[in-house]
Amino acid sequence: MRPFAYERPDRIADAVAILAEAGDRARLLAGGTDLIIRLRDGTVRPDVVVDVKRIADLDAGIRESDGRLVIGGRAVMTDIAAHPVVRRVLTGLAEAASVVGSAQIRNRATLAGNIGNASPAADTVPALLVHDATVVVQGVDGQRRIPIDEVFVRSGVTTIRHDELITAIELPLPDDPSGSAHQRRTRRRGHDLASVTVACVIGRDGVTRLSYGSVGPRPLLRSDERGVLADRGRPDDERRAVLDALFTDAAPSASSMRASPEYRLAMLRVLGWRAVETALARRGEAAA
Amino acid sequence: MTPARVAVAATVNGRARAFEVEAHHTLLESLRDDLGLTGTKECCLVGECGACTVLVDGRSVDSCLMLAVEADGATIETVEGLAGRAGLSAVQAAFLDTGAAQCGFCIPGQLMSAVALLADTPHPSRAEIEEGLAGNLCRCAGYEQIFEAVERAADAVAPARARTAEPRVDVAAIPDAKVAPQ
Repeated sequence: MRPFAYERPDRIADAVAILAEAGDRARLLAGGTDLIIRLRDGTVRPDVVVDVKRIADLDAGIRESDGRLVIGGRAVMTDIAAHPVVRRVLTGLAEAASVVGSAQIRNRATLAGNIGNASPAADTVPALLVHDATVVVQGVDGQRRIPIDEVFVRSGVTTIRHDELITAIELPLPDDPSGSAHQRRTRRRGHDLASVTVACVIGRDGVTRLSYGSVGPRPLLRSDERGVLADRGRPDDERRAVLDALFTDAAPSASSMRASPEYRLAMLRVLGWRAVETALARRGEAAA
Repeated sequence: MTPARVAVAATVNGRARAFEVEAHHTLLESLRDDLGLTGTKECCLVGECGACTVLVDGRSVDSCLMLAVEADGATIETVEGLAGRAGLSAVQAAFLDTGAAQCGFCIPGQLMSAVALLADTPHPSRAEIEEGLAGNLCRCAGYEQIFEAVERAADAVAPARARTAEPRVDVAAIPDAKVAPQ
């Protein structure tokens, strides 16, 4: 691995000051499960690595505040997947966090890192999109609150500036019983990157929010406001047509080695249907 | 750039250790090259095979994906720390009993993942064992013996309760879950 300077600030303000000064020569180190691979293979060559794990005002916890769940910028997948409120109310996110990498990866990988890397295949991002997350970032000019759908540009590119640090991810806790689910397709069971990811939330009002990743440069969020998908009284053909219409912007790359575009599009429809049906069943249980 | 050397103080297998590392060295490199703990194996270096698994503050991690400087202040356990004065630990003994080690290269990592799993879930189901050890590959494909060893170790350490039927993370409820059919 190419040598670099190592900084371990203990305040957010110090961290963003280092980032502002070093510009694109600095890289943030949170869980390191992506960064250290890239440091080793030379695809990123920073002069300075800024470790965020000793920042006292950067939370590693998960807490409820004013009807929202606040996930700290240092919180790891293991803790998110195990958190009782996440599992009960934001089930799609709990499922997504529970399939990231392996146990070893989930013990280190942070939700903030999964967002910041902006991989089209990021397991948690479709779940964050359907659960209407807000990404809180802090830079030298102060704090910004960015709706998650406005964060992603394309693979590896976000609207988060170089001097900004993700300090928290906030998710509204719905008053009404809703149901959510996460689905993904991998080449093999166990530890693998996703070829297709889908997440879905269905509210009591019948609105379905559905998001999908690994089938284009960034995960997309779509919705069925008319309640057709959520209405089991309607014929399956009609519901499936509505579902298919949500996938018209899926544009999987032909150059990816994990799966062909045709396979991804076919699996997208299968997993989308499963996600909707699972979310509906869970909404029923939540209301009961 | 001149490599920056950073002081690290950590508890390794119950012993307080102070050492200097280069900032761009991984915990895996430091354990093997600075501390001489070569039980932890280097293999894929991308966090897929789990041969380098150690426990950091009680949690399993791939030591190839962690800088040595990040271990400052941490409690590290490696395979060398498993056996006590009385002999092998229950998990190690179970691995021997079932013939889980073939070539043996993956076994230190498998053992550390098994220890982490059993600390968290004393009575794991087969699905929980498979999920808990999903980050540890065995090229000899001795998975059956490895899973059986974890079950035996669980029974040996805490035989009073039956194993739980369902995985802790409820992936079994998902049609496409990565849990094996029983």
